[in-house]
Amino acid sequence: MSTNGHIARDESTFTTKAGLAEMLKGGVIMDVVTPEQARIAEAAGAAAVMALERVPADIRRDGGVARMSDPEMIKGIQEAVSIPVMAKARIGHFAEAQVLEALEVDYIDESEVLTPADTANHIDKWAFKAPFVCGATNLGEALRRIGEGAAMIRSKGEAGTGDIVNAVTHLRKIRSEIRWLTVLGPEELASAAKELQAPLPLVRQVAADGNLPVVLFCAGGIATPADASLVMQLGAEGVFVGSGIFKSSNPEQRARAIVEATTHYADPERVAAASTGLGAAMESIETSKLGAEQLLSPRGW
Amino acid sequence: MSTEASAPARLAAEPPLVGVLALQGDFEAHERMLGAIGVRTRQVRVPADLDGLDALVLPGGESTVMSLGVAREGLAEPLRALAAAGLPMFGTCAGMIMLDREHLGILDVVAERNAFGRQLHSFEASFELDGVPGGPVHAIFIRAPWIREHGPAVSVLASVDGHPVAVRQGLVLALSFHPELTGEDRLHRFFLSLAGLLPEPAKED
Repeated sequence: MSTNGHIARDESTFTTKAGLAEMLKGGVIMDVVTPEQARIAEAAGAAAVMALERVPADIRRDGGVARMSDPEMIKGIQEAVSIPVMAKARIGHFAEAQVLEALEVDYIDESEVLTPADTANHIDKWAFKAPFVCGATNLGEALRRIGEGAAMIRSKGEAGTGDIVNAVTHLRKIRSEIRWLTVLGPEELASAAKELQAPLPLVRQVAADGNLPVVLFCAGGIATPADASLVMQLGAEGVFVGSGIFKSSNPEQRARAIVEATTHYADPERVAAASTGLGAAMESIETSKLGAEQLLSPRGW
Repeated sequence: MSTEASAPARLAAEPPLVGVLALQGDFEAHERMLGAIGVRTRQVRVPADLDGLDALVLPGGESTVMSLGVAREGLAEPLRALAAAGLPMFGTCAGMIMLDREHLGILDVVAERNAFGRQLHSFEASFELDGVPGGPVHAIFIRAPWIREHGPAVSVLASVDGHPVAVRQGLVLALSFHPELTGEDRLHRFFLSLAGLLPEPAKED
């Protein structure tokens, strides 16, 4: 037997924060607004749930200021499931993030879906023990968030629309900018960092690895199994589904189908089988018909 | 040191083929590590992917998702049959849970899920592991399980605060932590060595 004495633990390191995102890979993270929905999501194969008061489609419909959820609702969801529970704080609202950390949520999403609290600064995520996921529309934005301490990135897409077009645009942009860095000479990386408005050490790291230093998921507009397959083939390492599940006509079956399509994303026959007989998708909005003031993805700086 | 016998060393023309359960989780990290050691890997999602494997890795991830996936794909019976036939298996974190009595029933242990607590209590630590040379291993525990109880055929290779976190039963090895994330390959080599699958170091000219 090895030593059974007390072993020194180094808690909540960046490695354990980024490591939880590694464990979520190939999985589906589902928005839920009640403990009952959380149980349905877990039973359907969600890798984690995002606890929030209103799904993005309802936030969009209702208007007004969207804030962090009531801790009572978050606690109810934590008690209902054994998978990781995430929750959203407003961009720059570090006090909301402190509350979420005090609740011991497993991941904090500093999210553009809520109304931003600061027009210039994001949360200093290094100051927290809880890990953060942040949205990005391009590589520079992703690296700024990582520089601030984010341990996971999701492409933003356009939440609450059921329209995949912006998710595809953002994911393609991030992947193609990563590929661009890998072919630059070392002397060109400083200028690339300036162009991307990103920290040079992270730019160098991405150029050397050909990948982000943290896990990249896709969010914002995924409504069908084929949407999940599409973004996985474009380089997402997992998916967030917001309104797409519980705003559809048959949430349980659709949740299972999106999980199956995410696992078998490269097998069209399996995606076809998963897509069959699901009933109606969420009521959707064509993103290009939205006015600039209605878009969520430009929030964040 | 454990006195259990290792499988006979393999005499093969091509490198061994190790399957990695790829329903969800950090299976690619295991593949990278195994590939760097010099074995071939194959992602396993359906029963046909199990044909001709020399060993199987069950990665980290969410055990609820993997359980549902194993049921959906009809993988439970083929996996039990392969274990009974002596296929070496290596589970990390969720993979350890999948091997326990309450899941696949391949390892005579009961794993306690999220035993160290929620994510805020995830941690790194270093300790010795019986049978693994080279000093303490650096271990990453993420919402990790521990072994609550185990049968007599199970040897405990390491514990944290009295809770077993590394166990072996014959050719099955299970860890509460994630050697695939450390960039250090000693535990993968340890498993391949137990399985008799460790490639010989390249000969110098």
